[in-house]
Amino acid sequence: MSQFNFVSDLQNALILDGETRGPPPRWQKKLEASLNGSVNTTRSVLSVSYNTSFSGVQAPIKTPGKCADAKANKKQTPTKTPGGGDRFIPNRAATNFELAHFLVKSEKGEEENNDSNENNVKASAHKDERQKLIAEVAQVPESGQAAGGSRILCYQNKAPAAPESHTNPLKVVYSIKTPISTKSGSRYIPTTSERILDAPDFINDYYLNLMDWSGDNIVAVALGSCVYLWNAASGNIEQLTEFEEGDYAGSLSWIQEGQVLAIGNSTGAVELWDCSKAKRLRVMDGHSARVGSLAWNSFLVSSGGRDGLIIHHDVRSANHKISSLSGHNQEVCGLKWSTDFKYLASGGNDNLVNVWPLALSGVGTATEPLHQFNEHQAAVRALAWCPWQPNTLATGGGTADRCIKFWNVSNGSLIKSVDSKSQVCALLFSRHYKELISAHGFANNQLTIWKYPTMVKQADLTGHTSRVLQMAMSPDGSTVISAGADETLRLWNCFAPDPLASKKVSSVKSMAKQSVFRQSIR
Amino acid sequence: MSTAQASKNCITLKGSAQIIVEYLKYGINSILFQRGIYPAENFSTSQQYGLTILMSKDEKIITFLQNVLTQTEEWLSKNMTNKISMVITNAHTKEVLECWEFKMQAELGDGKDSSGDPMKTTSSKELARIQNEIRDVMRQISATVSYLPLLDCICAFDVMIHTLENTEIPKEWDETGEVSIQNAQAVKLRSFSTGLHKVETVVNYKMTS
Repeated sequence: MSQFNFVSDLQNALILDGETRGPPPRWQKKLEASLNGSVNTTRSVLSVSYNTSFSGVQAPIKTPGKCADAKANKKQTPTKTPGGGDRFIPNRAATNFELAHFLVKSEKGEEENNDSNENNVKASAHKDERQKLIAEVAQVPESGQAAGGSRILCYQNKAPAAPESHTNPLKVVYSIKTPISTKSGSRYIPTTSERILDAPDFINDYYLNLMDWSGDNIVAVALGSCVYLWNAASGNIEQLTEFEEGDYAGSLSWIQEGQVLAIGNSTGAVELWDCSKAKRLRVMDGHSARVGSLAWNSFLVSSGGRDGLIIHHDVRSANHKISSLSGHNQEVCGLKWSTDFKYLASGGNDNLVNVWPLALSGVGTATEPLHQFNEHQAAVRALAWCPWQPNTLATGGGTADRCIKFWNVSNGSLIKSVDSKSQVCALLFSRHYKELISAHGFANNQLTIWKYPTMVKQADLTGHTSRVLQMAMSPDGSTVISAGADETLRLWNCFAPDPLASKKVSSVKSMAKQSVFRQSIR
Repeated sequence: MSTAQASKNCITLKGSAQIIVEYLKYGINSILFQRGIYPAENFSTSQQYGLTILMSKDEKIITFLQNVLTQTEEWLSKNMTNKISMVITNAHTKEVLECWEFKMQAELGDGKDSSGDPMKTTSSKELARIQNEIRDVMRQISATVSYLPLLDCICAFDVMIHTLENTEIPKEWDETGEVSIQNAQAVKLRSFSTGLHKVETVVNYKMTS
């Protein structure tokens, strides 16, 4: 037999038109030998089955051994023989000898003409098809092999993996334990809400500002398509207005003094209401989309809309539109005048914070921002100006950012940045303490009181079962009201003045000023 | 006047490749930071597209990206690649957790002197407009944090370049296979176009029940 092996080897070596291949695998040599010599039925089964099964697709691939095996198995014993290596170990129990014999007989003439090269090609063609099938079954999207004509390359020197000690900083967003232990501050802060009000249909939208507390101690809140007024002193509830089907209030803001409420609605108009008479005074249009933020500066009301514009309206004149600022290209969701009314801060869904200086004319602001801060990595809705440092602005970012940042707007520098570990929905500075309160979303839905400027956590006020969307402070500065997506309003008596300290203050300050604001909240 | 303008806003295939590679550089770094793959202290801020983007300070990552992206740029400028994928794997089990695909589709451009030679087509799209489009995609990338699952393991990443079959494999490069993610979900982000290439960004991630 050995001379036949030699002949077939020689033949293979002389084929020059095919792919260059190594020596034929052992199964092939054996096959050759058996065909040239006496017919051995078992071995022939193998050769017959792969010869008859396909039309030759000309796609040469180098190693035929494995697939020829697999192929043979497929025809007869689909599950058993392990493919791999160059050996074929027939499973006699599952081999259909009769069929095999018939096939050998009927195909024999043709078979003898087939040289090993052709076998090879056919086998590899099958491999291609099989891979395609596997790829389809495994749902590999647009497999390079299947699509044909593409290869995937990668660089050998890989980038290093993260150090072993590393834990994903995002983990805090997903896995904070509730409740977090809070560091007790220097003063007593009640951590439960004093009072809970029901707020059915409170719209859970990060981009709207749906609650405000007036100097006359009235809380305005929008619930669904209605706007309600809650008198914090008497507890009276009044429905101010109801919008038509589909429309709603996107923002509410009280004038500094008096009973005028500005309502920015979903059609893009800003309405002014006299709440003492429950009467609408005027409607000022200008935005092409809903108005999600409003800010008053005496007779001026500034509105920020979904169209990215900020418009200053002079509420006294018929031609109300003073100027329009286009510093944002997405929805404006935060708008605040500084405590000394020299700057207007705006935050948008484009992750930008713009600070606008007062216009030279003294009315409205310049149309170019003084500063543009783009350090936040998410939408900025929470804005607060420090009452005791008029050029300090605090801003808080959304889920992807979670930072509270402090800016010096005089020179545009970042003073401090603190990771609050949760979406920041609202920020307020206390008037009595050098403290700051922030409202958060997932995971704890808490309000956090921070010492400023050290940013040491003083207390966590928990109670909301869904994110806290809006915060407002009572006119006397002692109570904070928060509106949550859990459709409740909660009152927190967290900045109650220290009785000892307030005695000193009241002896210094005029009582007349105090008396206006010292109205009790039931 | 019009001719002056035309010559001013003229992007060649090479320039288009440059713009895309720059986007890939910032995009990949942003993903590395936003997905928390490497410690946050290893990143420094950088201003690009009017955004603050955090870029890795790790020397090895910088060199890796530099090498990969230089090669990518070469292939892109010859229109030899149609997809770049950034694969995030579990460093221990090697399981693929996330795959960011950047698909490039060649476009005809609108240059007047496109005399049949595809290598000489140009686009007159303004750079500022392209960068605005890129900025929107970058914002979307950082916003993905809110829905992508937490990568709660030590991760590594790799960049794979899908090229034409006849591409020669350069030194230090290997051919590799397609990756697949178990129970994958795909989210398509915005796309941008340079006029010569349209770039789509898709994130595939493993759904956890």
